[in-house]
Amino acid sequence: MTSSDKQPLLEIDDLEVSFGSGAAAVAAVRGVSFRLMPGERVAVVGESGSGKSTTAHAVLGLLPGTGRVTGGRILLRGEDITHADEKRLRRLRGREVGLVPQDPMANLNPVARVGRQVAETLMAHGVASRREAAARTVELLAEAGLPEPRRRARQYPHEFSGGMRQRVLIAIGLACRPELLIADEPTSALDVTVQQQILDHLDRLTRELGTALLLVTHDLGLAADRADQVIVMSQGRVVEAGPARTVLTDPRHEYTRKLVAAAPSLATARTREAVTVTAPAGRATATAGEGEPARPVLEVDRIAKEYRVRGRGGVLRAVDDVSFTVAEGRTLAIVGESGSGKTTTARMVLGLVPVTSGSIRLGGEDVSGLRGARRRAARRSMQPVFQDPYASLDPMFTVERLISEPLRIFRVGDRASRRARVAELLDHVALPASVAHRYPNELSGGQRQRVAIARALALGPRLVVCDEAVSALDVLVQDQILRLLDTLQRDLGLSYLFISHDLAVVRSIAHDVVVMRHGRVVEQGPVERVLSTPAEPYTRQLLDAIPGSGVLG
Amino acid sequence: MGRYLLHRLWQSALTLVLASVVVFVGVRALPGDPAQAMAGEEADPATVEAIRAQLGLDRSLPEQYLRFAGQLLSGDLGTSVRTGTPVSDMIGATLPVTLQLAVYAMVIAILLGMSAGVLAAVFRGRWPEWAANGLSLVTLSVPTFWLGILAVLYLSVRLGWFPASGYVSPFEHPLRGLYYLTLPALILGLSHTAVVQRQTRASMVETLTADFVRTARAKGLGRAAVVFRYGLRNSLIVVTTIVGLQLGGLIAGAVVTERIFSLPGIGKLTLDSVFTRDYPVIQAVVLVVTTAYIVINLLVDLLYTVIDPRMRVSGRAR
Repeated sequence: MTSSDKQPLLEIDDLEVSFGSGAAAVAAVRGVSFRLMPGERVAVVGESGSGKSTTAHAVLGLLPGTGRVTGGRILLRGEDITHADEKRLRRLRGREVGLVPQDPMANLNPVARVGRQVAETLMAHGVASRREAAARTVELLAEAGLPEPRRRARQYPHEFSGGMRQRVLIAIGLACRPELLIADEPTSALDVTVQQQILDHLDRLTRELGTALLLVTHDLGLAADRADQVIVMSQGRVVEAGPARTVLTDPRHEYTRKLVAAAPSLATARTREAVTVTAPAGRATATAGEGEPARPVLEVDRIAKEYRVRGRGGVLRAVDDVSFTVAEGRTLAIVGESGSGKTTTARMVLGLVPVTSGSIRLGGEDVSGLRGARRRAARRSMQPVFQDPYASLDPMFTVERLISEPLRIFRVGDRASRRARVAELLDHVALPASVAHRYPNELSGGQRQRVAIARALALGPRLVVCDEAVSALDVLVQDQILRLLDTLQRDLGLSYLFISHDLAVVRSIAHDVVVMRHGRVVEQGPVERVLSTPAEPYTRQLLDAIPGSGVLG
Repeated sequence: MGRYLLHRLWQSALTLVLASVVVFVGVRALPGDPAQAMAGEEADPATVEAIRAQLGLDRSLPEQYLRFAGQLLSGDLGTSVRTGTPVSDMIGATLPVTLQLAVYAMVIAILLGMSAGVLAAVFRGRWPEWAANGLSLVTLSVPTFWLGILAVLYLSVRLGWFPASGYVSPFEHPLRGLYYLTLPALILGLSHTAVVQRQTRASMVETLTADFVRTARAKGLGRAAVVFRYGLRNSLIVVTTIVGLQLGGLIAGAVVTERIFSLPGIGKLTLDSVFTRDYPVIQAVVLVVTTAYIVINLLVDLLYTVIDPRMRVSGRAR
């Protein structure tokens, strides 16, 4: 496919895209060039802000806001479409170049039937009449792997799961049989096992149809799994390009090397290194402690949570008979996909949701039934860090006020001592003292999560509950935060209850792991054992679904 | 759905009972005495007392309320203290006028407001948006009565395009009836156009920047299809809420408009009754308007389920 005598399907030549106008214009894509042959699969990898999605949207002429192409050319089958008019672009979109967008929850019109949303693509390009389109829609939905397509076509998006919606979007993307399909983070919003099914299906379809694929992703492992060529972008430039395997196993550019090292999905290789290089210092204390068992900080005994299903008189057991123990200075991770009950478990531990039955003991004291002042006291020694650092910090508070808030609530110290404590905490999380007077919106995602961690540490808790605390972060930042958590654990003797959907992250941070599914514990034990020799098929399935696991294995 | 409806009906009934108490107490808190008003300023205390006893005003408040509520339940709105005619007849004669005016005004507000809102959203940051925003600012800030008087002065008296006052039933003479109602409805509607326009604009702007709209464009759909099929339908949800809330205000606004254009509607009836402390009429009018308000909002909530398929799975939180 890579023979140079054939005409490339897509050729991007020194492309520059800028946002804003005049002197205030900022280039988001600077001098990007690559080509894609018919039927080829190319992945563009990079972190947020690298310009990967912007490049993809420029091809469709769908740059958001003030974005426009300020230099270079985009050629489709030799035709210059860089500044094509709306009429030409409308023929191109959907017909010649299809798009599978990122977030399946937000990309379907909530008030239109699913079938109609597929059919209108066909009708917009005159591929089918109204009557033909309806029949063709059912075929397309079936082809995308949607069961009962005839019935499903008449339903609305809210009646579909995320994976099902993504199948609909794939059906739309491929409806008019485009020569090129742009898949922009097609599965990053989905659970790993679903992600794998969807990608397998997409793979098979594009191969059968001979469709070229431009895959935009932040996940290097996924790119390596699914593409022939990988293009690594950083700050609007291409830093490395080449065959997938080469880029991954023998990265030339320093940035790519950092990305490979930080990618948790490639951690198979890393843990193997880590065991011999960095880990012993940290893990030795934990393993050494096994002679005299470490004192338990949190003991969760057979907790359950039931919700009454309104209108039907039924009962939903969101969490069913879950037990585990977090020992002092150790990290226990709960992994599971959406609906597994992991977040509800975390909320019950934090006392945000009452338990239906069972007990939760913190430092030997039962906290599950506590009310009022005693519950407040229990909260002091147990602090949360949540997923979204953008949403969990009050935008009207300065960093200093955010971090000192727990101190004020519990009336710890006076103004001066609190200020000193904030400086100390900022130092712990490796932020400069000058950050204290800034507001959250002036900080990056990683910095905000550091602030959230500092706030959690303010009262000197024994247990920190991290609910998907690194899921919203780019890989390099994610890696930094995981290292920070590790350092803090060793320095302060903290225990972590770490909630995550990402087995790769869990593998790199936790000592013990609880695998949950449908509200029940599937398997639990030390990370090394559970993740290397899983006893349960479900755990095996989760492990296999991690992208990139095959590449370096 | 049935359960939901039942729940809403029960809520509505409760609201009505509360409203009847508030009205009952509120009316009696007004300064002035209907017995005195009937007997005249010069009447001797014994006559006033007799009239008061005849009207039942000498009993305790709870007793009076129970009698009032009992009458209501049997469908009797009472008899006007002032004219001696049954209140239901008086309302029956005036309510249709007000309803016609309110509905006509709302239709104008929706048509003008939604068109201006869509234009403002589609041509964001360009002159149609400035024009629409400017217009809405003016219609919001200028009081209805002043706008009404100006309209009468110029459009009716000077140009003679519309009648300055008067009412013809559109059921008897459809065209003439509408013609007579047009100017009052326009004046009343304009003050609500601005709100509809701003809400339409805001929710259209939000919808048009949504991910699914970009996906629609990536399918190759034209701009018009995206604006109307995607934007407008999604924005209808917000606009419907606003329209429902506005209808209540519209009836209140009708009081002023009816006065300017001398329309024999419920607004005029209310004013006349307040001046003479005609308790039964005031009570009945407020209750009828409250009922209308509740019914309208119930209909609006049911309408949601037509517009937004996500609401059709009723009563089950997601």
